[in-house]
Amino acid sequence: MTSATDTTAHVDGEHHDDHHHIPKGLTRWLFTTNHKDIGTLYLWFAFIMFLVGGAMAMVIRAELFQPGLQIVEPNFFNQMTTVHGLIMVFGAVMPAFTGLANWLVPMMIGAPDMALPRMNNWSFWILPFAFLILLSSLFMEGGGPAFGWTFYAPLSTTYSGDSTALFVFSVHIMGISSIMGAINVIVTIFNMRAPGMTYMKMPLFVWTWLITAFLLIAVMPVLAAAVTMVLTDKFFGTSFFDAAGGGDPVLFQHIFWFFGHPEVYIMILPAFGIISQIVPTFSRKKLFGYASMVYATASIALLSFVVWAHHMFTTGMPVAAEMFFMIATMLISVPTGVKVFNWVATMWRGSLSFEIPMMFAIAFIVLFTIGGLSGLMLAITPVDFQYHDTYFVVAHFHYVLVTGAVFSIMAAVYYWLPKWTGKMFDITLAKWHFWCSLISVNVLFFPMHFVGLAGMPRRIPDYALQFADFNKWISVGGFAFGLSQLIFLALLIKACRHQGESVSDQVWDGAEGLEWEIPSPAPYHTFDTPPVVK
Amino acid sequence: MAQQEYQKYYVPEQSIWPIVGAVALFLIAVGAGNYTIEATSDKEGFGFYTLMAGLVVLLVMLVGWFKNQIDESMSGLYSDQLSRSYRQGMAWFIFSEVMFFVAFFGALFYARNISVEWLGGASNNAMTNAVLWPDFVATWPLLVTPGGETSTQMGWYGLPAINTLILVVSSVTLHFAHVGLEENKRTQLNVMLLVTILLGCIFLGLQAYEYIHAYNIGLTLDSGVYGNTFFLLTGFHGLHVTLGTIILIVLYFRILKGHFTPKEHFAFQAGSWYWHFVDVVWLALFVLVYII
Repeated sequence: MTSATDTTAHVDGEHHDDHHHIPKGLTRWLFTTNHKDIGTLYLWFAFIMFLVGGAMAMVIRAELFQPGLQIVEPNFFNQMTTVHGLIMVFGAVMPAFTGLANWLVPMMIGAPDMALPRMNNWSFWILPFAFLILLSSLFMEGGGPAFGWTFYAPLSTTYSGDSTALFVFSVHIMGISSIMGAINVIVTIFNMRAPGMTYMKMPLFVWTWLITAFLLIAVMPVLAAAVTMVLTDKFFGTSFFDAAGGGDPVLFQHIFWFFGHPEVYIMILPAFGIISQIVPTFSRKKLFGYASMVYATASIALLSFVVWAHHMFTTGMPVAAEMFFMIATMLISVPTGVKVFNWVATMWRGSLSFEIPMMFAIAFIVLFTIGGLSGLMLAITPVDFQYHDTYFVVAHFHYVLVTGAVFSIMAAVYYWLPKWTGKMFDITLAKWHFWCSLISVNVLFFPMHFVGLAGMPRRIPDYALQFADFNKWISVGGFAFGLSQLIFLALLIKACRHQGESVSDQVWDGAEGLEWEIPSPAPYHTFDTPPVVK
Repeated sequence: MAQQEYQKYYVPEQSIWPIVGAVALFLIAVGAGNYTIEATSDKEGFGFYTLMAGLVVLLVMLVGWFKNQIDESMSGLYSDQLSRSYRQGMAWFIFSEVMFFVAFFGALFYARNISVEWLGGASNNAMTNAVLWPDFVATWPLLVTPGGETSTQMGWYGLPAINTLILVVSSVTLHFAHVGLEENKRTQLNVMLLVTILLGCIFLGLQAYEYIHAYNIGLTLDSGVYGNTFFLLTGFHGLHVTLGTIILIVLYFRILKGHFTPKEHFAFQAGSWYWHFVDVVWLALFVLVYII
């Protein structure tokens, strides 16, 4: 969308002191205020958490490989499903997107750094501590949280262990981290754009993150309120979620999903932005329907505030409410459809080439759409009565979160990694990573649709015999997908050691935007004085 | 825009304070979690001390971090663009606080208009009432819970009305302090800010007195959903007033040292916004919790 004049002159020509001075050693990472350093920290943290959460998924799939209880205790199984979900949502996907925002937003809008650089570092360093608390609670007497990542009352109040208190406070500080991170992104975008970078010239990744940041600031405090009420219900005798005191367990679900549904879009809107950057580059065309993409993103975000109770169709809401939430939910498919249409239209008659980021992007478009369509099925209230809490739901949200959000993050890493390191990553390994992931992820999640429709409940360590064959293959797919990520790990380690061929500033033939006009690797400080965007 | 006009956006060098702040939040979370467990069971441990240590580290961090920023600001490193970043950051922070209260007001709305009504048999819930607690009658305030806990209603007249008056007046006095600052009338600024702080302290004192009164008449935190919403809403509001008062006290001492100019006073503006926000929350709370 944008072009800059005399960008390189600023970067190469001026010699501020800080240009030569890149701090070294551990304190560089502990005390840093640099958006690129912090972006790197976020991304590595997210990847480590992705592997930890993935290891828990391996435990789950090992137990479910055969019917019957064989490897872990049911209570430990529940802890694994719970902490797997919490880690993947709050520890892997969200920090990865924040890391990408840190690296890319200032470079894309021509800003010298994030608007509030010190707070940026604080946002990051809270996270390792928060997850240290969450993970160590697994070793407490009575075990860690075992009530599912949604921590429904009364599972989290009446029937939970002492570790709930630590769960609550770790979620509190994760929330503080997310809110500060989001404030930083939103202020950066509003206040730090280079002259000429008008709103409708911003790259779509910036637009989607602007809207995501708004959602984060709006709903993370609601999550904080929800965990606070769980804490007081469990430990201090309140009865928000206890009918005997005039409350209602369903109230918990309302509050949680008022946070939870926008949270779902927090985890997918930046993915839309990434795909909207990658597809035009490898189609060598402008993005089709830029303005409609912006409006579609905003509509999705606004609608996300009025659809929460589609997670609760079976709780016995009045029929009018069920109708409202069904229709509101189905409305979301309109702006989402606009997006998918625009990506396909961008590729239409383009000079396509299939480099690794593009392969992940195309896989995203196809597989995310599958997840979107199963979402439409789930949105139909009477049909949901059948699907609710079955593996069909698990299949649905793993298609949108793994082949959606996670694939988009991988696409983004492959797309911008050469800009960050200045070297092309190992393409052979990347191809192995892509094909192994693509095949195994479908072996893993596609059969879940079938067992779900046939009635296999989620979050149960054992199942009826007729589900055995499918579960065996699901587990095989799971192990294969887990192992495939080790290829990614090897590739990333090689990339961080700056192995590989040097790349040009533009890196990809067809890439447009400010970040492709600065040198590769991107200098420690970019745009000390803003470029002029025409 | 000509390049010469651009005042460099100040990006601080490395800072120790963020990681200190992260350690502080870690200690606070671990301490608060363990202290909650220890205070409500017969387990023993170091929860309380960990929590206190965390608060001390947080205090040290805040003092150090703000000292850095005050020094930077006083030495003219901050451009107009940077001031805008701070202002926008503060505005979004207040928005996040608003959403925190919205969730509790939402819980109040739901308890009052839906869960209590339904337990009483409203809508299509005749069987809920008949099967679970047939003797239960839905009322608000909920003075007798379905489980049989009783509590007493807190009236709006008397202390709550006086407190409302105090907070509204304090918002006005703070506004006049701000006007004094902008017109460089330092005496007006000093006096009006001091009056605001005093009003804040009186509010907190009366609120503490009211809590004691509530416990004496049987309105307690665990006396059903009326007491729950009453204490969590007023309690979190009280915490925010406390924080706001501390902010104003710090501002007062900075003013005594001669800080802030009619044009440059972001910290004062942020503290003032925060105070007005806390005031608005109280007005919503007074209407929705006490009067209606």
